[in-house]
Amino acid sequence: MYTFLARRLLATIPVLLVVAVLVFLMLRLTPGDPAAILAGDAANTEQIAQIRTGLGLDRPIIVQFGIWAGNLLSGDLGESFYYKQKVTTLIAHRLEPTVSLAALTILIAVAVSVPLGVLAAWRFGSLFDRMLMGFSVIGFSVPVFVLAYILIWLISLKLGWLPVQGYQRLADGFGPWLRHLLLPSITLSVIYIALIARVTRASVLESLGEDYIRTARAKGLPELRVLVRHALANAAVPIVTVIGIGIALLIGGVVVTESVYAIPGLGRLTVDAVLARDFPTIQGVILFFSFVYVGINLLVDLSYVFLDPRIRY
Amino acid sequence: MHSAAQTGEVTLTPGSEGDVTLTPPGSAVLEVRELTIALPAGGERATAVSKVSFSVHRGEILCLVGESGSGKSVIAQGIMGLLPPALPVTGGAALLEGEDTTRASPERLRQLRAARMSMIFQEPMTALNPVMRCGEQLDEVLVHHTSLSEPERRAKIIATLQEVLLPDPARMFAAYPHQLSGGQRQRIMIAMALVLDPALLIADEPTTALDVTTQAQILKLIADLQARHGTGVLFITHDFGVVAEIAQRVAVLRLGELVELGAKDEVLKRPRHRYTKMLINAVPRLEPHGRAADTDAPVVLETRDLDKTYVDRAWFGKRRNVAAAKRVNLSVRRGQTLGIVGESGSGKSTVARCIVRLIDPSGGEIHLHGEEIARRSHGDLRPLRRRVQIVFQDPYRSLNPRRTVGEAIMEGPLNYGVPRAEALERARRLLALVRMDAGALERYPHQFSGGQRQRICIARALALEPELLIADEAVSALDVSVQAQVLRLLEEIRTEFDLAMLFITHDLRVAAQVCDHVAVMHQGVVVEYGAAEQIFLQPKHEYTRALFAAAPGRDFAFGRA
Repeated sequence: MYTFLARRLLATIPVLLVVAVLVFLMLRLTPGDPAAILAGDAANTEQIAQIRTGLGLDRPIIVQFGIWAGNLLSGDLGESFYYKQKVTTLIAHRLEPTVSLAALTILIAVAVSVPLGVLAAWRFGSLFDRMLMGFSVIGFSVPVFVLAYILIWLISLKLGWLPVQGYQRLADGFGPWLRHLLLPSITLSVIYIALIARVTRASVLESLGEDYIRTARAKGLPELRVLVRHALANAAVPIVTVIGIGIALLIGGVVVTESVYAIPGLGRLTVDAVLARDFPTIQGVILFFSFVYVGINLLVDLSYVFLDPRIRY
Repeated sequence: MHSAAQTGEVTLTPGSEGDVTLTPPGSAVLEVRELTIALPAGGERATAVSKVSFSVHRGEILCLVGESGSGKSVIAQGIMGLLPPALPVTGGAALLEGEDTTRASPERLRQLRAARMSMIFQEPMTALNPVMRCGEQLDEVLVHHTSLSEPERRAKIIATLQEVLLPDPARMFAAYPHQLSGGQRQRIMIAMALVLDPALLIADEPTTALDVTTQAQILKLIADLQARHGTGVLFITHDFGVVAEIAQRVAVLRLGELVELGAKDEVLKRPRHRYTKMLINAVPRLEPHGRAADTDAPVVLETRDLDKTYVDRAWFGKRRNVAAAKRVNLSVRRGQTLGIVGESGSGKSTVARCIVRLIDPSGGEIHLHGEEIARRSHGDLRPLRRRVQIVFQDPYRSLNPRRTVGEAIMEGPLNYGVPRAEALERARRLLALVRMDAGALERYPHQFSGGQRQRICIARALALEPELLIADEAVSALDVSVQAQVLRLLEEIRTEFDLAMLFITHDLRVAAQVCDHVAVMHQGVVVEYGAAEQIFLQPKHEYTRALFAAAPGRDFAFGRA
């Protein structure tokens, strides 16, 4: 178990290395000159060249990479071209809104989808089951931004229940924080509700056909206990896997949602950094994302040990 | 928690004799009256069970015997109220201590289950929840049916685990099902079923998935517990050996109808119904067939010190070697059958798979007609593959469901360059040989019964005109009447083609009928090897004797009527 953990942690190093090299090269191969953008429309060639030298962009790519990678090893993601701040500081500042949004989204998604999926499997083929499956197709197909604008129009503008946009820090109170986050979280959660509900239904349906379910019923257990402690507990591995994938995908999803709802999180930072060709920030954010990605996968794999005693590493 | 104990209808206090007064000794705990259970429309028959009546008395074991599809499990589930909606009870009643369970509300059924009627199942591995500790699985029965406190429940569970003779009950309490052996798991199931001392225990093929020595222990346990507690037992089985071992009365079921009901000796020794007679006659005798074997026939297969060791390599831990087969020396002559007999994990299938080179042996030699094949590369092996063919246990899973029977039989010959027309002709001939219609060529495996599929598998193996045919538990999954037919067929084929046959089985009765020589395997080692006569009549090794002692119904002379 501990050797497994150590091996998996060691394995993250090459993954992050590959990501680092790819991101670095891709950025430098894409069109768009950060110096020109920084200098503004009125700048002449000399000024642009000066800025370029100042940023170190005139050096060979190998040297640029060497410097960046060297700093990286000491935990330094470099300094943003655009914000003139340490990238690590930038990420730290933007972390709270994104983590809040992702956590609330997954919380809503799991709380809604798992019971729905179990219920659909229990009443397999019923009207409820078919309606849920129909909803999940819609949930998959509606783009996040469309849903976001519909919900803003309905809930914020027409009904006036929740604020349209913006973010309040958790430090400023739980109430305002939740009010601002609720709408974006619901928007984002729809697709995960669809995804997790489907997987839960399929997985529970499979375990409901197993012999131990018959045993549980033959023992005279209440149906709820049969469903939760016997069927759902045995169906947990695929469900947790898909929740893990969901969390990872969420990080990509917040880019759009944060833009629509004007939340100053990592998603917004990414968009702004890309528009400004802010290489160090883009590199830092993507590297951070991939680190989170690898970490979540590791957590999911570790959770299997607790979900199924037959799995041992 | 709402429990049956609080409803006041039955007394559940452990150890009290309160419920005895409700059912005087010898009275019926279960009375099934004209029970009829429908099948979905469009099936091969309209009812799964039609107008079946029988009763189970206090302190009695009634065996419900039948082949697959006879409806015996459906009856059990009907009594327990566990039938799927597709199989509704359409008539009759199942009276448990006077109360009709087929008309009870779901809530009432829930109260009755485990408390007044319990059930144990065939597969103790799959019947237990794999992600829950055994203790918790027992505990939830008590939580939902009694108002005992946590320490009381634990004490009761430990006592029950002791009663089913599980070693170290505290460890069993904390163990997960996969950490236990098959027999231990079935003991947990039995403990779970009997923890509340129900009036009726339904045992649905509880020993079918177990080894013969384990089976003997579990049968004894059920009989002992039943006698001690005065439980009425409805014991469902397909095995007449088990019936002879445990039953007091026997009910024979055929295609959903009860054809015979009577005391054990009466039914087994003087069966009245034609079907019962046929079933009992089909049970192979536990005596060698007594055919003389030609000792000068050429040796087709010989193994010398065959070894197979699996290495369990942990990352930092020590290497662990598991010897699945150790120094196995066997030989089979043309036209003769060598049986390898053993329990699960004895290494008998490992040996077969090494001989066919489906797995690579770790050491020793395998000679096929004097040619050493144990260390040949898979490429060099190809021309030899044709000469050894194997028939597997499960006819449902060993045929590709998406290929027609014709394609399955012809694939081998076509692969070895036989022209299509000739392969087709051969397939037709072989189907006739295994008593199947040539029309089967165009059909798919799912359209056939288990017995028919096994015939197809045999035809497929013969299509390559092998010199050695390996039957790996080839008749174990079949009903006894079908088993008899397939055994007869294998016998005919052996004589007609002068085949050498390696017959792997856990069933001593089957081995007695087909084998000229027998090798008894135990934990990877051949413990006894000799002529069938000698092994069956004068077993020398202790393990062989234990195996014979455990064979159910050994005192009953089957297959003589």
